[in-house]
Amino acid sequence: MRQAELTSKRPGATPLFMQNRHSGTLGKRWLAPVMVASTAALGGCISVNAPEGPIVIELNINIRQEVIYRLAEDAGNTIEENADIF
Amino acid sequence: MNSNNPLRRFNALRRFALGFAAASLAVGGLAGAAYAQRDPAYEQARSSGKVGEKMDGYLGIVGSAAPDLQRLVNDINIKRRAVYAEKAQAANATLEEYALTAGCLAIARTSPGEKYQAPDGSWQTRTSSPPLRDSRCPA
Repeated sequence: MRQAELTSKRPGATPLFMQNRHSGTLGKRWLAPVMVASTAALGGCISVNAPEGPIVIELNINIRQEVIYRLAEDAGNTIEENADIF
Repeated sequence: MNSNNPLRRFNALRRFALGFAAASLAVGGLAGAAYAQRDPAYEQARSSGKVGEKMDGYLGIVGSAAPDLQRLVNDINIKRRAVYAEKAQAANATLEEYALTAGCLAIARTSPGEKYQAPDGSWQTRTSSPPLRDSRCPA
């Protein structure tokens, strides 16, 4: 029988932070700062509002330009049909 | 064999006459489609640089607003606005969007010597080179 060749030679396919669980407090000590850091990063993402402004303005410009391009041919015909007021 | 048949000849003549009538109608239609041109006072105000094309699709007074000139500009802008409103609704766009598009094109169509409004709001005299236009204007 050729069973469990992989698991007999390697540690189980557990996440990195679980691998050192058996060796005392090392795992927990390593885990705590990571959780704190990720929480802090999440909090930072939510509270930073600066990028919102520029993104909205750029989107607005793109929409308007698209509209202008869509209307261009129609507006050109309108100008020709109303040559007395253009 | 019966080309001399009077009825045949009459039908041929009738076809010709109908064709001729249709052709002259088409010509007449084309002539009717030749759109009205600018009022001489308006044309003169344009070429002398007293009025210019604004970015928003309306006519503007470049120098001092004499009452006669103001009336002429108001009259044209009211007519333009009515046209924009109708066409914008048909094109499912807003009045401002349509007017801005028409402004892009009206500035592009100015002749050398005429005035137009640059993106910074200043009045410019059109030269033979392309006018300074909003970056969103179509080529």
